[in-house]
Amino acid sequence: MIVQAVVATGALLILVGLWGLLTRRNLVKMILGFSIMDTGTHLLIVGLGYREGATAPILDASTPVGTPMVDPVPSALVLTAIVIGLAVTALMLAYAVRLHGSRGSAAIDDFKENAL
Amino acid sequence: MIRRLLALAALVAAAVLLSPFVLSSTDTGAMPQVAQDYIRNAPEDLGGANIVTSVIVTYRGLDTLGEVAVLFAATAGVGALLRSASKTEKTIGPRREASEILETGAGFLFPLIVLFGAYIFTHGHLSPGGGFQGGVVVATAFLLLLLAGRIRAFGHGPMALVESLSGFAYVAVALAGLIFAAGFLDPRFLPRGEFGRLFSAGAIPIIYSLVGLKVGAELMGVLAGMRPSEGGAS
Amino acid sequence: MTLLIVLALGVLMVVAGVTALYLKNLSAAVIAAGAVSLLASIVYLLLAAPDVAMTEAAIGSALTTVVFLYALARIRGRGKEDPRD
Repeated sequence: MIVQAVVATGALLILVGLWGLLTRRNLVKMILGFSIMDTGTHLLIVGLGYREGATAPILDASTPVGTPMVDPVPSALVLTAIVIGLAVTALMLAYAVRLHGSRGSAAIDDFKENAL
Repeated sequence: MIRRLLALAALVAAAVLLSPFVLSSTDTGAMPQVAQDYIRNAPEDLGGANIVTSVIVTYRGLDTLGEVAVLFAATAGVGALLRSASKTEKTIGPRREASEILETGAGFLFPLIVLFGAYIFTHGHLSPGGGFQGGVVVATAFLLLLLAGRIRAFGHGPMALVESLSGFAYVAVALAGLIFAAGFLDPRFLPRGEFGRLFSAGAIPIIYSLVGLKVGAELMGVLAGMRPSEGGAS
Repeated sequence: MTLLIVLALGVLMVVAGVTALYLKNLSAAVIAAGAVSLLASIVYLLLAAPDVAMTEAAIGSALTTVVFLYALARIRGRGKEDPRD
């Protein structure tokens, strides 16, 4: 049940982020939507690794070898993904700052090219 | 109007794609075979108590090397994009002087936070934590000094030096694993040591500390690149 | 019990996410997105992934918020929100 609750939350956050990306006009709001989508995806992946009644995959005096543990691979993947998400967000914001500097506005409508 | 409908259609499609995860995930399924092998073999094979660290540094070590490379590319991109833009941008006014409480407090907290960050990345194989977390904590300590007005800017020279040296040392340790042990990024060329001590688990603490230093320096580079310039000086 | 906490945190996260995308004041929207990351780090702790919880709390709510606020300061030309206000 916990896995389903977390996966549902992650999926909802992905949908919220996608909606923000598609319907907002301001560049910074769109990047905020991306960041929320990232958080939702990570939540979904870590949620899929949980097992009921299991503990964190760290051995010490109270968790000897053989205790049921959660899956360590999603944690490892998501650790890398969080750091890369920050780097990509910073790069997107740098682009937004440059775009604003070139046209004087941060709304995506002012950047349309007329295709005809 | 049509745009709203298209956005709604995209959302419905995404919801349909995500629904198998929500409907069919369960708490009590069996773990994949790879994960079971990692949990069973990591303590005796590598000697580290934190299995997630063993996975990141050894079993999936190439992913970590790639991640460090991606972080470097992003830092370089931010620096390249925003370095030449400072002439066309508005600049913020000269900053106010910080109050004495803020300066003293920040100066007092800074070495404690750096110590905490160093503890996190050197004990990555024994307790939750590791290179990424420790590096981020160290970068946050320097950000505290910057925000409190104790330093004017991050020195570009020392940051670049730390970043390049730790990246070089990371690849050198990985190659040492190739020469002295079973493969690239194999940490077993140093002795396994006693389980639970700081100097154990082969080269894992060394690799993770280098990753922590590099990630901290790169994140400071990102912050320095994004920071607005003050008072008209570009 | 853990299930109730996870459900409550999940609802709070989705509400904060929608709020972040609806607010007109961009600085407030950035803070709301930082709140989403902070609540996510608590959920990671409940999912027995303490490494991920530490990373998400440090990066998601601290550094991402600071990077967004720096970008907003460059766009608007005003100083970054002074921490002493």
